[in-house]
Amino acid sequence: MRTIFLLVQKEFIQVFRDKTLLTLIFLGPIVQLFVLPLIANYGVRNISIAIVDYDHSPYSQQLIRKILSSRYFELGGYASSYKDGRSLVKRDEADLILEIPNGFERDLVRQGQQKVFIAINAINGIKGSLGGAYLSEVLSDFNSEIRLQWMRPERFDNEPRIEIRTSDWYNPYLSFLVLMVPGFLVTLLTNIGSFLTALNIVKEKESGTIEQLNVSPIRKSHIIIGKLLPFWILGVVDFSIGLLIARFVYDIVPVGSVLLIYLFLAIYLTALLGLGLLISTYSETQQQAISISYFVVMLFTFLSGLYTPLDAIPIWAKVLSQINPLTHFITVIRMVMLKGSTFSDVLYPFAAIVVLSLIFNLWAISNYKKTV
Amino acid sequence: MGAVVISTNQLTKKFGDFAAVDSVSFDVYQGEIFGFVGANGAGKTTVIRMLCGLLLPSSGTASIAGFDIYSQTEEIKKSIGYMSQKFSLYEDLTVKENIRFFAGIYGLSDKEIREKGDGLVFELGLQESAKKKVKELPLGWKQRLSFSIAIIHSPQVVFLDEPTSGVDPIVRRQFWELIYAASERGITVFVTTHYMDEAEYCGRVSIMVDGKIRALDTPSNLKTRFSGNTMGDVFRSLARGAARVGD
Repeated sequence: MRTIFLLVQKEFIQVFRDKTLLTLIFLGPIVQLFVLPLIANYGVRNISIAIVDYDHSPYSQQLIRKILSSRYFELGGYASSYKDGRSLVKRDEADLILEIPNGFERDLVRQGQQKVFIAINAINGIKGSLGGAYLSEVLSDFNSEIRLQWMRPERFDNEPRIEIRTSDWYNPYLSFLVLMVPGFLVTLLTNIGSFLTALNIVKEKESGTIEQLNVSPIRKSHIIIGKLLPFWILGVVDFSIGLLIARFVYDIVPVGSVLLIYLFLAIYLTALLGLGLLISTYSETQQQAISISYFVVMLFTFLSGLYTPLDAIPIWAKVLSQINPLTHFITVIRMVMLKGSTFSDVLYPFAAIVVLSLIFNLWAISNYKKTV
Repeated sequence: MGAVVISTNQLTKKFGDFAAVDSVSFDVYQGEIFGFVGANGAGKTTVIRMLCGLLLPSSGTASIAGFDIYSQTEEIKKSIGYMSQKFSLYEDLTVKENIRFFAGIYGLSDKEIREKGDGLVFELGLQESAKKKVKELPLGWKQRLSFSIAIIHSPQVVFLDEPTSGVDPIVRRQFWELIYAASERGITVFVTTHYMDEAEYCGRVSIMVDGKIRALDTPSNLKTRFSGNTMGDVFRSLARGAARVGD
């Protein structure tokens, strides 16, 4: 016990003397939590629209005003022809083209119906499809407005209509922050767990001090615990800071049990530290450790379901995402924090994370012993 | 002569087909300063690493303080000290913190650490620097500190792997005074070097060429046998024609 205490104490002295490391551990995650959730917003606003109005009638003007007064759209420019509108899109000054045909008002009044044409720049699929959807919504609104103006209410009622009412649970305002903040909370730990741990061990390899430990009577297992425990503690501290930021900055209060979240955190961190140790056993220099960690962490992040729902990815990627501890913790933290899921709801990710932690650590320990 | 502390018999280490150390046999006695001389790549470090339990031999036997290097590595680790080629104290810890850490992992009590640590700092004249970080010390001081820490738990044997590389002859001389003092306390010193003036300071010297021991005797006997005035002459006449040329 005393040896482990000495090792941990030594590690903390070293971490607190290293200004760069200290910044990375404490300031990095805080900055990340303040900035990233604001950027990672899939909501689409300020869609530039190019308007080709061949009609120039009061009705077309009314429609244009309605579109531009919605908070989703801004005017990219008026174009004299559809071709003109296309060139606005090419210059990236517009995302959508709305073409109002000649005789729009006349036909609308005479025949009671009219067509408009929307062309969408779909390079950014989300922006394109959402922009199109928003615009259709505005148009159908406009549609019912003029119907109301022209038709008497009793006639209106004769037409059967199905009205859809949705109720959005757990995140009633559909805020992306609610989805992203818990996710980032998990990813920011990943750096400390894998990256810094690997770097720390390899640094001792480079300086030769690890050899000094290896000729001493300290047991290998104690060396490993002494190396991993400090980063485990730092991870818990970092996570707690993040949880407070989520609470007080983003007003995200865990719905479920905080204890359950911490139980997962404890196991998740051991999995990550095992990964860090594993990386260190395969690296002789800090550069190697950085390159490997960078690759692994990036892969883990993209395969974790942080940015994109995992249901949409191909089978092979789904398999990969399952051997990724990040996936399970992100799933669980979203479930517990936002939905209030209980332990019995998260049994599968719990089992998965325990198994992964065991695999990483056993692999790392057997490899550590062989290489030294 | 005292009891045998290190004994090797046909000790061999192969990396693939390459025999880094080729059937090496020798005995080292208690309190002796045993020099291991050879060009870079002759196999000196490999021998030390095997004796310290950092590397498993391919064949042959060896024992340290009566413990077998295959089966009793844990007991061996308690009875030896080791100072590697690389300077290996924690540079970002202070002198005192390094002493406390290394003495602590060898199981010294807090009281022992305080007493021995203070004595060590005093002996090295480091009183003023005790709270300085090790990286702020000059190399010669670091090496002497490193040596003193390597023997703070009073081991039976201390292995020094080229402990004085990179410092001038005066600082080397100071370092050797520490080695003599340790030897007088009964600690066996096993030291590798490629400085021939240091070879002169040893009780006995073994000269390694291409993984084999070519000669083993006191410096004066070696000089007589190979009719040289210095250990340098002896070494040159033995190492002529070595296949592995040091860098």
